[in-house]
Amino acid sequence: MGMTITEKILAEHAGLKEVVAGQLINARLDLVFANDITGPLAIKEFKKIGVTSVFDQSKVLMIPDHFAPAKDIPSAQQCLEIKRFAAEQELVHYYEVGRCGIEHCFIPEQGLVVPGDVVIGADSHTCTYGALGAFSTGVGSTDLAVGMARGEIWFRVPESIKIILHGKPKNRWVSGKDYILAIIGKIGVDGAQYKTMEFAGEAIDDLSVAARLTMTNMAIEAGAKNGIIAPDEKTISYVKERAQKAWRIYQSDDDAVYERIVEIDVTDLQPQVAFPHLPSNTKPVSEATDVKIDQAVIGSCTNGRWEDLLEAAEIMKGHKVHPEVRAIVIPGTQDIYLRAVKEGLMETFIEAGAVVSTPTCGPCLGGYMGILAKGERAVSTTNRNFVGRMGHPQSEVYLSGPAVAAASAILGRIGTPEEVAQCKY
Amino acid sequence: MQVLKGHVWKVGQDVDTDLIIAARYLNQSDPTYLAKHCLEDIFPKLNEKIKKGDILVAGKNFGCGSSREHAPLAIKHAGFSCVVAENYARIFYRNAINIGLPVIVSPETVKMTAAGDRLEVDLIKGIIRNITTEQTYQSETLPPFMMEILEKGGLIPYVSEKVKADV
Ligand code: SF4
Repeated sequence: MGMTITEKILAEHAGLKEVVAGQLINARLDLVFANDITGPLAIKEFKKIGVTSVFDQSKVLMIPDHFAPAKDIPSAQQCLEIKRFAAEQELVHYYEVGRCGIEHCFIPEQGLVVPGDVVIGADSHTCTYGALGAFSTGVGSTDLAVGMARGEIWFRVPESIKIILHGKPKNRWVSGKDYILAIIGKIGVDGAQYKTMEFAGEAIDDLSVAARLTMTNMAIEAGAKNGIIAPDEKTISYVKERAQKAWRIYQSDDDAVYERIVEIDVTDLQPQVAFPHLPSNTKPVSEATDVKIDQAVIGSCTNGRWEDLLEAAEIMKGHKVHPEVRAIVIPGTQDIYLRAVKEGLMETFIEAGAVVSTPTCGPCLGGYMGILAKGERAVSTTNRNFVGRMGHPQSEVYLSGPAVAAASAILGRIGTPEEVAQCKY
Repeated sequence: MQVLKGHVWKVGQDVDTDLIIAARYLNQSDPTYLAKHCLEDIFPKLNEKIKKGDILVAGKNFGCGSSREHAPLAIKHAGFSCVVAENYARIFYRNAINIGLPVIVSPETVKMTAAGDRLEVDLIKGIIRNITTEQTYQSETLPPFMMEILEKGGLIPYVSEKVKADV
């Protein structure tokens, strides 16, 4: 019987010829990581297991990014805990602030994950790496502790949903974020619960690796266990430049079994906006243009990559951020930050009147660097607009891609790059 | 594991991990601290009103969002004995079992139960009795290895036994 990419990767890591959806397996892990929020809990649990060292010092990674550089004393304490653990265990991959960035931007950028890997991270957006043809999924701190100790973990092989995107969008600003928002809008926040979302079709083939990472990043917002995209030439050239280890390419068989196939034609798709308080509450941007905003955030593991910043800068260049708006731009990693400095993007953002921050999760989860007051509204390129996600429980977050967020920063309300082009300021 | 008994606290569907425990409290991971802020944007001062053993009843996709294990920890340490929901988000479900918080799937119970009702949950048989309305529901029981994890008090005690056996 045919297998999907996900099934093939899991079978290989379980030492089996074949697996089927629903089967319980133990899979070998190629990378296990946690951050400053989930790490301390994982370390506490790890210490109770009764082993003295992690299974492989080169495959366990700790990264301070959520509340780092530390926003307050308790956060500093949490950052210190993961740093100490990394030193004690002599982990190869520990990165201090200033040498890393947001985990899901940094890990693929550095070639620490490659096609064919099985990865767990104590962070729900670990599903991001599926864009490279790896199986990756978010777990809690206890599972992570066991992964660090044993180098393997149990999984139930997920059913797969195939999502085929046809066509070429007529609107040049429509990209990965709009696709994934449209998909979540269609299938709902539990539309892929416990399942694999396998993305395919010509619209996916046309996307950059960065835009594909944006899509698999948000698979969790439909409840999925993982998102995955078959590697192609673009993937291979992305990986070749950075891989720190050997990779293995898998493709789904023609007769692989899918629980469901969802097809969407993107030809006439408009940029999408997810209204509060669920990522599935999506509407075309034309239905959002009377929403006034107080803050625009461009960044996060969803849209903090080079391509995202470039798009935002193109729109903001020569314009000023609306007088009543705070625009906050956060490059995903130090490398992206440096490139943005060298290539003049920073100048554009600062001249427009935006704040530019060091890489951090910051406002995405209501940490710091742009918390919303009661009644305030933000448009944001992040991935969740739950109640209170970016601050006060009575604030609101509207999710969009970088083009709409940048345009909205200038307009003072949700809007499009076309409207900015006609704008005097 | 014993039969659980308590009064019902009811929440709607798609209750996410930010609502269970907001990120503003994630600069610490002490369960007692987390429990103080459990579900506070839905039930202010829950921790002062809850009685140990009370049961949280929720709609579909409970615990969606982040992987923070702080969410099931907050629920457990706030005093809830278990959660009964239509269904759960994947990571939350796994985390709950791993830390020893029983999570039961029973759409029928959710539909027929009101806040304040008294429930009795028999985990092994999968039987849920609404003492207030005198109705009984059969839920799916947990797969044996998950039941074993719960009985051992969570994944860590379960795995450390295996580690000892390996040595
Ligand atoms: S940027 Fe936001 S969603 Fe991504 S890892 Fe950080 S907090 Fe989580």
